[in-house]
This record gives sequence, C-alpha cells and structure tokens, in this order.
Amino acid sequence: MLEIRNLVVDIDDKRILNGLNLTVNKGEVAAIMGPNGSGKSTLSYVISGKEDYTVVDGEILLDGENILELDPAERAALGVFLAFQYPLEIPGVGTMTFLKAVMNAQRKARGEAELTTPDLMRRVREAAEKLSINQEMLKRPLNFGFSGGEKKRMEILQMALLEPKLCILDETDSGLDIDALKIVADGVNALRSPDRSFLVITHYQRLLDYIVPDTVHVMANGRIVRTGGKELALELEANGYADYRQQAAE
Amino acid sequence: MGADVKPLRTAAETALIARFQAAANSLPGDSATGRRRTEAFDRFEKTGLPTRRIEEFHYTDLRALLRDAPEPAARPDAAAVATVLARNAAFPAPLAIPSLDFVNGYLVSQPPAIAGVEIVALDAALAAGDALTSRLGALELAQDNPMLALNTAFMAEGAIVRVSKDAGDAGLQLRFANAADAPFSSAPRVLVVVDDGASLDLVETHAGANGLAYQVNAVVEIIAGDGARVNHTRINAEGDAAQAVSTLSVSLGADVRFSSFGLTTGSAMSRHQIFLGCAGEGADITIGGATMLRGRQFADTTLTLDHAVPNCNSRELFKTVLDDESTGVFQGKIIVRQHAQKTDGRMMSAALLLAENATMNNKPELEIFADDVQCAHGATCGQLDDDLLFYLMARGLPRKQAEALMVEAFLGEPLEFVAREDVRDNLVALVEGWLAARG
Ligand SMILES: Nc1ncnc2c1ncn2[C@@H]1O[C@H](COP(=O)(O)OP(=O)(O)OP(=O)(O)O)[C@@H](O)[C@H]1O
Ligand SMILES: [Mg+2]
Repeated sequence: MLEIRNLVVDIDDKRILNGLNLTVNKGEVAAIMGPNGSGKSTLSYVISGKEDYTVVDGEILLDGENILELDPAERAALGVFLAFQYPLEIPGVGTMTFLKAVMNAQRKARGEAELTTPDLMRRVREAAEKLSINQEMLKRPLNFGFSGGEKKRMEILQMALLEPKLCILDETDSGLDIDALKIVADGVNALRSPDRSFLVITHYQRLLDYIVPDTVHVMANGRIVRTGGKELALELEANGYADYRQQAAE
Repeated sequence: MGADVKPLRTAAETALIARFQAAANSLPGDSATGRRRTEAFDRFEKTGLPTRRIEEFHYTDLRALLRDAPEPAARPDAAAVATVLARNAAFPAPLAIPSLDFVNGYLVSQPPAIAGVEIVALDAALAAGDALTSRLGALELAQDNPMLALNTAFMAEGAIVRVSKDAGDAGLQLRFANAADAPFSSAPRVLVVVDDGASLDLVETHAGANGLAYQVNAVVEIIAGDGARVNHTRINAEGDAAQAVSTLSVSLGADVRFSSFGLTTGSAMSRHQIFLGCAGEGADITIGGATMLRGRQFADTTLTLDHAVPNCNSRELFKTVLDDESTGVFQGKIIVRQHAQKTDGRMMSAALLLAENATMNNKPELEIFADDVQCAHGATCGQLDDDLLFYLMARGLPRKQAEALMVEAFLGEPLEFVAREDVRDNLVALVEGWLAARG
C-alpha cells in the first residue's frame, strides 16, 4: 500500500527527513512514535503533498505509484487522508457546505456521481452520531470556535465520510479527554478493513490500547530507527527515547 | 508659473461646458431649478473633473480617467427598450419586488402601483415644480462634490419616490441597463424619500453591454425620516468597458435603521461615493461592500460618514478581492462632531490579493472631535492563507475550488448585512459566477 524509500526532505535548507524508509501494508495499522521535533508531522505533510518542503531524494509509492508529483487534491482523490495535528478553522464556511464540497470533489475526481443533498445529510448525520458530534456543531462554520477535542472528532468524521485508503492520524489523541479518546478510537476501529491502512502518530501508549497497532515504528532525527510489534510501545513508555536519540545521531 | 494657474481644460471638460451652455435653457424645471443648475455647474467648473490634487480623489484621477465625454444617450425607442430589457431579464434573478426600469439612463417603465408609494418621473416632477424637488441635493456633506454637482446641473432623467408609512414593508427595484451601438453618457438621478416610520427595501442594479465604453454618472439620494427603516442593496455589474461614477447620498432622521450593501463586479473603472449624514439621534447604520476585480479593472469606493448628532451606531465593512492586474481603492472617513457623544463607529476594509500584480489602496480615517465615543478603524491587505489552502486541498478540493471556497468565506461577512434572502441569493450567485469564470 504505502512504501517510502530513502526519503530526504529539507525545509529552508534544513534537513528534516533524512533517508526515511517505511512500508505499511494493506490493512495494516502502523504506529509511529518519536520525540518532539523528530519529523513525524513533516512526514505526514510530505505524504499528503504540502508544498513548503523540498524533497531532495527518495520516493513515496502508493499502491506502487509514485505520488510525489501529485498535488494534495490529487493525492486525496487517490485515497490519502491526513487527520491534522492542528485542524484549521474556516470562518465563513459552514461545516455542511464544506463537507458537501469535499465529498463531491472526491467523487467527481473518481468519476462517481455527486451526492444529493438528502443523501449527504443522512450520511453526515449517521457518521456524526457515531462520533457523538451534535447536530448544532454541524451548523457552525468548520472548526470555528470548536474545542481542541471537537476539532479532532471533526477530523475523524471527515475521515469516515471520505473513506480513504491511507489514513494518517497525526496526534489525534492529544487534547482528547478519556471519553473522547474512546469515541475516536471506536470510530477509527470501525474503519479498519483489509483494504485500508493507517499511520497513527502518537506520543502515548494509551491510544494504542484502544487502536491496537500491527507494527510500531520509532522515529528519531528524520528516520525510522526501530520497528517492532505493539509491545515496542510499552517498552518506549517505560524507557523513553534516550537510546534512540543517540543511535540516530551516530 | 504659480501653483494656482488653472490647468488647461481637457476635451471632456470643454465638451461638458459647451453642452451645459447649449442645454441649460431646455432642461426641465422653473427658474429656481435653473439657478440651482447654474450654481451646481459653476461649482463643477471651478474644479473641473477632479484630479488627484483633491484629497478625496487622490487615487482616482477622474480628469485623467474620463478623457472624453461621450454624447448623452438618445432616448431609446420602444424596440431598443424591448431588446435591452429582454437581454437583461435574468439580471438580477427575478425578485418579488416591483421595479422601475431605466435604459441608458432613461426611465422606460411605467411606475409600478404600490400602495403607499408615490413615484414620479424626475423630468415631470421638475417641470411641474413638484414640492419634493426642493429636497434634491439637500445633503450639505455632499455639496462640494464635483461629480454630484455635474449630475445636478444636467439632471432630467430619473425618478422621485416617496414611501409613506401606509406602505408597510415596501420594496422597489431600480434596474439600470445600458446598451447601444456607440459610446454614450448618462446621468440618471433618483430621490427616495422615506417618511417617518416607513420601511423600504431598495435594490439598485446596474448592468450593461460588454465592450462598450459608456459613461455613467448616477446619483441616488435617500432621505429617511424619524424611525424609518431602509435596506439598500446596490449591484454594479456594468459592462466591462464602462466607466461608472455613482453617488449615494443619505440623510437620516432619528432612530433610523439604515443599511446599504454594494457589490461591484462590473465596469472597467468605477467610483462609488457614499455620503451619509445623521441628522437625528439614535440611528443604527450598517454599510458594507464586496468588490471583485480582475483583468485591469479599477474600482474605488469612497465613504464619508458624518456623525453630526449623539448616540448613533455605525458599522462599515468592505471587502475587496483582486485578481490579475486590477486596482482597488477604499477611502473611508468617519467624522464625529464635537457634540456627537456616545457615537459608536467601527470601520474595516479588508483586501484579498489573488495575484502579484493586483493593487489595493486602503485609506480609512477617523476625524473625531467628541471625547466620549467608541470608534475604531482598520485595514488589511493579504493573500490566501497557504496552510488553509493545503488543508482544503488535502481534503480533495482542487486548487481553484479551494481558492473559491476561501474567497467566498472572505466575502461572507458583509454579505450577511443583506437581510432579504432572495436579494442575498442574487449576490451569492454573482460571487459564484465570478469565481467560476476564474476557471
Ligand atoms: N516551516 C518550518 N521551518 C523550519 N523548521 C521547521 C518547519 N516546520 C518544521 N520544522 C522543524 O522540523 C522539525 C520536525 O518537525 P515536526 O513538526 O515534523 O516534528 P514532530 O515529530 O511532528 O514533533 P511533535 O512531536 O512535537 O509534533 C522540527 O525541528 C521543526 O522545528
Ligand atoms: Mg507533530
């Protein structure tokens, strides 16, 4: 599904990703953990196609196709979805208007018929209910004045509605209270399928109790420095990143 | 050479002077009206077409812009009227509001019968010495404006509207359409008197043929009595080669609720000047604008708001979207007189530049002579936010569509000033059409 080979990325001549290799198979849930500033968000942005970065070397293959030349919308149409660490507010655009625009844009890109408004409303309402997002929130401008946790839930709502192939969750757990964490985890688990892969970036083992990963990768200084099973998360929780910082610096 | 040496007359000025001398005696009205015309023309002649040396025209040198003064439009015959109105039938999208139609500045429709509303053609009112004609040009604040004076000198076509309290929630459209085989000029004038306690939705639309270099110098005056409510909406969708100067002159009594919103997408060059004076306490004023420019379009909105009495609130919000090599101007001056205590005035002008070669000139000003007031003004000029653009694109919106959504969001706030949903729908459709044409 996702294969990243020797990815080297700079921002303003500063090296952020430094020969990163990562494979996520179809249906796999991969967790990425790593110290602050190690490049996790950068990786998620580069996969999604944000422009500020210079890809110096390497490839990102999605189902065997190199997506580096595609713009973010084209990547989204291929099934890449990023749940942002800091979702943006869009004053002036109603949440429903936004959802309708993005859902239909992706359907159009895939050659599917646009959704009718009642159909769309029904889908949104059902998905919102599962994530305990109340209808009143859907009437407001997107993310405008939403709490941190509400914004994160709204990201998962969009993920559920867009049915992507590759879901990248960048610290979706931060800012969530325990109940919300369970709701979000349930929402993610409901989307798990043999055809869908997940890249779950987190600092906390707790999330991985709810979204149990198949693999755990440790990222430090712009590389994956260790890969293991879910038990690796427990080890990190106990020992921290001291070993990896050093290892990556070598 | 001394600084006060008069510049030579331009071709346009020379033509206007000759035209006034030739027409003065045949223009409608009694001798008092004739004197007002002469006085107004003298005022115009003193400055000529305003240059950038006059502060209010600093960014908009009409002397340079209006190089020649095309002949006044001939009165269109019935066939021409039918053609123009048919072509314009879809603009604005049909509203359940009775309308007065103007073609090339001429009133061409029978005034609609609206209970409690009196409508008279301006030339007839002037010829008959209608009492309401004495209220034309009453706003002191606008008196010295050369373009208004020029309109006053020649005024003939247009209408006088009086809305009484019996009208209930009255509505009126003023639909101006322009089309001809050759460039022409027009100078329509409409006076709307809204009686004490009366209520009016006034929708003023201007459309015209593309590729035709016509010139308009239109004036709409609104006089609202105590406790009146007036919602005014104006759409400039003039043809792409038009030069459109317009004046909105507003006098408000006590406790009036007044709103005016202007959408500009048309004309090669436009100058919309708003003069608003508060004569009675307790008025609540909202003035908004949304301007969308592309190509080499130039649009100026200049507002002068005079808080001459205490206890009035005003809120002004203007948004300008500029693409390609277009140029926008916003000048806003809020005057708070010494005894106008408890004035609450907030003015904001924000511009969004979609292209590197677009230019915005923003000049908000406060002139405050009272001490117990709350006034603020601001101006911003920015580009689309890259992070937001990425967010939208990462959700699958192609770049142009993502940009369009952001532009709509940017313009959304002043559009909310328009209370009537059917009118607002028209505005939104124009905004969407403009964005769709961007490709
Ligand atoms: N626009 C930028 N300009 C310069 N440096 C940047 C920019 N964006 C990110 N960086 C740097 O790149 C490095 C990686 O940042 P990134 O946000 O990817 O880390 P992260 O692993 O997601 O950290 P966290 O765990 O705190 O979210 C950091 O040192 C950061 O300061
Ligand atoms: Mg991060």
